[in-house]
Amino acid sequence: MNLDLERFHKTFFEESFENLDLAEAALLRLDVAVFDAETINTIFRAAHSIKGGAATFGFSAVAEFTHHAETLLDLMRSGKRQLAQPDIDLLLRAVDTLHGLLGAARDGSAANLAQVAEVQQALEAALSRPSVVPPAATIAAAPAASGWRIRFAPKPDLFRSGNDPLRIFRALAALGELRAEPVPQPLPGLSAADPETCYLAWTLELDGAATLAEVADCFAWVEDECDLAIEPRQPAVAEGMPPPTGVNVVALPVATVRAADTVPKTAEVASSIRVGTEKIDALINLVGELVITQAMLTQLAEALDPVQNEKLLNGLSQLDRNTRMLQEAVMATRMLPMEAVFSRFPRLVHDLASKLGKQVRLVTVGEQTELDKSVIEKISDPLNHLVRNSLDHGLENSESRVAAGKDAVGTITLKAAHQGGHIVIEVGDDGRGLDAARILAKAREKGVPCGETMSEAEIYQLIFAPGFSTAEQVTDVSGRGVGMDVVKRNIQALGGSVELASRPGRGATVTIRLPLTLAILDGMSVGVGEEIFILPLSSVIESLQPLPDQVKRVADAGTVVRVRNEYLPLVDLRDWFSLPGARRPPQESIVVIVEAEGRKVALQIDELVGQQQVVIKSLEANYRRVRGVSGATILGDGRVSLILDVAAVVRLFSQSIAA
Amino acid sequence: MTRILAVDDSPSMRQMVAFTLKSAGFDVAEAEDGAVALKMAQAEKFGLVLADVNMPNMDGLSLVRALRGLPDYKFTPLLMLTTESTPEKKMEGKAAGATGWLVKPFNPEQLVGTVQRVLG
Repeated sequence: MNLDLERFHKTFFEESFENLDLAEAALLRLDVAVFDAETINTIFRAAHSIKGGAATFGFSAVAEFTHHAETLLDLMRSGKRQLAQPDIDLLLRAVDTLHGLLGAARDGSAANLAQVAEVQQALEAALSRPSVVPPAATIAAAPAASGWRIRFAPKPDLFRSGNDPLRIFRALAALGELRAEPVPQPLPGLSAADPETCYLAWTLELDGAATLAEVADCFAWVEDECDLAIEPRQPAVAEGMPPPTGVNVVALPVATVRAADTVPKTAEVASSIRVGTEKIDALINLVGELVITQAMLTQLAEALDPVQNEKLLNGLSQLDRNTRMLQEAVMATRMLPMEAVFSRFPRLVHDLASKLGKQVRLVTVGEQTELDKSVIEKISDPLNHLVRNSLDHGLENSESRVAAGKDAVGTITLKAAHQGGHIVIEVGDDGRGLDAARILAKAREKGVPCGETMSEAEIYQLIFAPGFSTAEQVTDVSGRGVGMDVVKRNIQALGGSVELASRPGRGATVTIRLPLTLAILDGMSVGVGEEIFILPLSSVIESLQPLPDQVKRVADAGTVVRVRNEYLPLVDLRDWFSLPGARRPPQESIVVIVEAEGRKVALQIDELVGQQQVVIKSLEANYRRVRGVSGATILGDGRVSLILDVAAVVRLFSQSIAA
Repeated sequence: MTRILAVDDSPSMRQMVAFTLKSAGFDVAEAEDGAVALKMAQAEKFGLVLADVNMPNMDGLSLVRALRGLPDYKFTPLLMLTTESTPEKKMEGKAAGATGWLVKPFNPEQLVGTVQRVLG
């Protein structure tokens, strides 16, 4: 049979990488002082599973490497080897190496063989005991004979293990001509015979060139359930050969079975299936279309007589409800728990802490908080940076901490929680906090614009300025100080915001707010002439009709509106999008104040239309990138409406004011 | 027709076993751990059970022990799929009531050959 095993490779790699993550998390959980059998077992199982799969699917390098790690783990779980930190660190390195090996096997690229060899050597060195050579290998080396005589006397209980002499005879018969002769022995009478008991024994003669190993193999499953002797029929004649070996297979002492006691209480296991994200995306798209169609129907139905069309209208409102529920349900399939991101941090913190010589404890809260997969993927880099920052700049070393009367071990806290339609993620530390004076000095030195009378909160904001870094030295831990502004920009690109709080000597906390999904937006629809635009509700602060004396023309900054003693640049959307229709004076229009990146502008529109959830369609994918527009949506009546990229508008217009 | 139950927590392994046996004309059901397998085996009598050893929830040895205790599985072939080729491990399986074992890695031919031999 020639089956193509390649079809299973994708699944194998997916599960192997999952197993690696599992093993890593478990390794980091291990405490050398406590023998945690279940955790060690988890790691062992992961390694075991990778090895088995790799060998089956032909990734022998992976299998061979994993074997060493597995052997070490097996010694640990059987209690033959004391848990020790060097072993755990070595296993963590093995996990990394396996990551590389598996990645290389998957992509068909070259693995880092130097690393593989180094870690493998380390593993071999760590294995004080030599690995057990399976006895089968020695049997296989035995010479072939020209036939075998076999005495086979099964124990009465043979059937109870599901074995059957007939099956063994069939297997033997496949090796050569077989004659089976029952050994005469007293049998019970037919009425007294128990059909579940084996009473017979045989002498078997096998012709042909089968090797001892092949013959012994036929009896492998029953060697503990029978008396067995396999002898060559004619003594081997070749000179210099070892004398023929009569293999007397003796039942081996049965190892104490401890597994029964270690069966964990059956955990509530959610069953799951793997589905490609593209399938889910297609589903979300279709539901999006359905929502649009449904909105269109609702709009059409408004013109109908409610009495005459009562049933139709009832049906429509039911459709409306079901559509919304369907949309939520489909959205939920894309949701992943924050654990997917948080789970990588124990390792990061472990490695960084030892590199920096700091003692750090990582606390994660709210791992089960769910978030859209696309957001999760994009949040992980910014979080990574924040955690590195906290570790590198925020936390002091143990001596300074003790001197300050604090616990020698610093704490980094990762928290996730839902708040309305948002997720709030906090990265906090109990370190030294931000030093306002130092930040200010650094900002001046770096040429970051800063005022004379800034509040502490405003000074903290300076670290989000491009090119700012307070690290005295550039370390390879938190990089080259391109950090915080990039973090902030990335978060804002996701429609989120970043806040910073600090208490000197007590620590700092960065709070990130993000929308739960990138596929739907809470929008405010505004009308300009014939067009409807969508403003992200999260960026809208207020709307008002300005009085004539609130609007001022400034020589080099266009028009500004004074709102609560603040002068905001006024952007007329009709002008900005070159829409037809006569310009209206601001005092006859409506002005919506929007904010992004801490700066505000006033948008001049004709009317406020309403508030609604819109399904975001990518303009880039369907048309091209347009400055000031983040996407588009389709309205209930089928018209396309543009979603304003408030951050871009703000950037553009506050720049023109500063210029 | 005899149905085979393939039990392995590794999806790729399980799929490979099921696919290979199905391609050889066998009827195969799959379970991802011992607990699930035991439930399935109680609901339906399988003619052969192939079980991985290391699995979460209920490992292969416990599964075999539990199955062997059921009247329906008193004489049913129960095979362990194991990577351990040491005698101790095999005997552990036998002591639990397994009929025999298949040592991983095995290729499709070996798997089908063994199953054909067992189901004769």
